[in-house]
Amino acid sequence: MTDATLMPLRGQQTAEEILEPSPMSKLRKRIFKNYSFLIGALILGLIIFIALMAPVFEYLGWIHDPLDQDTSRRLLNPFWYDKKVDPEFVLGTDKVGRDYLSRLVYGAQISLLIGFSTMLISGFIGTVLGVTAGYFGGRVDMVVNFIINARLAMPVFLVAMAAVVAFGASLWVVILVLGLFLWDRFAVVMRSITMQARDLDYVKAARALGCSTPYIIVREIFPNVLSSLTVVATVEMANAILLEAALSFLGFGVQPPTPNWGLMLNEGREYMLFLPWTVALPGACLFVLVLAINLFGDGLRDVTLERER
Amino acid sequence: MLVYTLKRSFVAFLILIVVSALTFSLSHLAGDPALTIGGEQASDEDIEAIRLLYGFDRPLYVQYADWGWRALQGDFGESYHYRQPVATMIGERIGRTMLLGFLAIMFALVISIPMGTLAAMRPNSLIDRFALLVAVFGQALPTFWFALMMMIVFGIWWRMLPISGHDTWAHYVMPTIALGYYATPALMRLTRAGMIEVLGSDYIRTARAKGLSPTSVLFKHALRNAIIPVVALAAVWFGFMLGGSIVIETIFNLKGMGWLSYDALLRSDLPVVQAIVLIFASFYVVLTLLADLLNAYLDPRISVR
Repeated sequence: MTDATLMPLRGQQTAEEILEPSPMSKLRKRIFKNYSFLIGALILGLIIFIALMAPVFEYLGWIHDPLDQDTSRRLLNPFWYDKKVDPEFVLGTDKVGRDYLSRLVYGAQISLLIGFSTMLISGFIGTVLGVTAGYFGGRVDMVVNFIINARLAMPVFLVAMAAVVAFGASLWVVILVLGLFLWDRFAVVMRSITMQARDLDYVKAARALGCSTPYIIVREIFPNVLSSLTVVATVEMANAILLEAALSFLGFGVQPPTPNWGLMLNEGREYMLFLPWTVALPGACLFVLVLAINLFGDGLRDVTLERER
Repeated sequence: MLVYTLKRSFVAFLILIVVSALTFSLSHLAGDPALTIGGEQASDEDIEAIRLLYGFDRPLYVQYADWGWRALQGDFGESYHYRQPVATMIGERIGRTMLLGFLAIMFALVISIPMGTLAAMRPNSLIDRFALLVAVFGQALPTFWFALMMMIVFGIWWRMLPISGHDTWAHYVMPTIALGYYATPALMRLTRAGMIEVLGSDYIRTARAKGLSPTSVLFKHALRNAIIPVVALAAVWFGFMLGGSIVIETIFNLKGMGWLSYDALLRSDLPVVQAIVLIFASFYVVLTLLADLLNAYLDPRISVR
C-alpha cells in the first residue's frame, strides 16, 4: 500500500526535495542540538549502567554486600568529614554498619525496577482506555472520561497507603498499587492524540478498504500515538519513583532490610540532627535520577514531536 | 449554561458515589474489621458481639448505604482506636490542613505568576531560561526530601524556624514552602503559555496602538485574561495538595488531617482513613466542578460542546 501511494510522487520530485537531508540525519541534528535530551540520556544511562552492574562491582570488591552488617563500624562519616579516608567505606555507613555507597547503588536497582514496572502497568491500562475512548468516541468516550475523573478524585497517596496496609507491604504490592493508580495521564493524552489520528486520511482510507477495527487500531493508530506515549511514559516513571520513595519513607512501601532510597531517608531521619549526610545522600540520588528522567523526557518531546514547534 | 451546570453537577455527584463506594470497600479489603477492633485476645463470642454491635453482619450494600447516609449528615462513625467520634477528631484538625493548603497554593501563585509573566514577555531570554530551570528542578525535587533539607538548614543550622508543631505562624513557613514549591512548575508553565498567546493577540496590539502605557497593557489587558485558567488550575492543585499534606504534616509534626490519616493508618483505624479519603475526594470533586463552571462561564463555547 505504501508503494502504491509513493509511486506517483517519485516522478514529481523537485531538486530541493532530493537534496533535502534524510529524516534520519534531521533527527540526528535535532538530537545533538538538544542539550537536555543529551544530558538526561547520559545521566540516566549512567545510573542504569551502575544499577545493572552492581553485582559485578560487588564481585570485583568495589562495593560491599548492601546487607552486610557490623555494629563495630556503625555510622562512619563519609570521606569529606575526615582527613584520612577509609577506602572501604567512602560514603560512610548506616546505623548497623552497612556500607552507604553499596546501599545507594543497590537502591538504584529498586527505584528503577519500581519506576519501570509501574510505568508498564499504568501505561498499558491508560493506553487501552485512552485509545478506546479516542477511537470510538460517543458513549464509550463518556464512560472512559467518567472513569478518568473518578480516578482523579481519589487521593492517590492516601489510597495507596491504605492499600499497602490492606495487602501487606512488599515491593510487588507497591508496584501493583501504583500501577493501578497512575494511568490517568496516559489515558488523557492517548485519548486526545487518538481523536486527532482517527480523522487522518490514511486511517479513513483503511476504514474504507474494510480493514478490521483491531487492525486499524494496532497498525494505523498506534504508530501515531507511540511518540507521545514514550514522552508520557518518562513523566510517569519519574512520578512513580517519587511516590514510591515517599511511601517507603513513611514506612508504607518497601520494607527493611531492602536497600532503598526512601527507606534510607526514613532510617537517616533519626540521625539528621548530627549527621545530615544520612538524609542528604539518598535524597540527592533520588533528585538526580528524577531530574535525569525528566530532562530525557523533555528532550524526547522536542526531538520526536515536531508539530509542537 | 444552565444545562451545562446541571449536567456537570450530576457527573460530579456520580463520581462522588463511585469514589465513596470504593472508599467504603477499603474496610473490607483489609480483612474482617471485627477482628481488628477486637484485637488478639478477643474470643469468638467477643468477635460475634462486635460484629452485631457495629452491624458487620448486615449485607454490604446495606452497610454502605448506612455509612454513606450518615456521612452525608456529618457522622463518620467512631474511631476504632481512640473510641471518639471521627467527625470530632477531624473537626479539630481540618482547619490546620486547610490553612496549610491555602498558604501553599498562595505561595505557588506568588512565585509562578510573576515568573511566568516575565518569561512570557521575553521568550528565550535569560529570565525565561531561568524560569524553565526552576520548573525542571522543582519537578524533580522530592517534596519530602526538600522538607528535610530545609529543616536541617533553617531549623538546625541557622535556628531560624521551628521544625515541629503548629502553634505559631512560624511553624507554617517551611511546610508552606515545601508543599507550595511542588505546584509552581505546572502553574508557571501555564502562566507563560497563556501570556504568550494573549500578548500575541489582536486586542493587545490595539491597546498598544492606542498608546496605552506598557504596564497598563500588561496588567489590565493581558494578565487579567491569561490568569483565569491559572486560577482554575490552582483550585485543582489545592485538591492535590490536601493529599500531599500527608507527607509534609508527618515530617513537620503539624497535626492536621494528613498527620491524622498517617496516624490512623499505622493503627489500621479504618473509619478515620475512610472519612479523610472521602473528604479529600469531595474537595477535589467540588473544586474541579467550580473550576469547570468558571471556565465555561468565561468561555461559553465550552458549555455548548
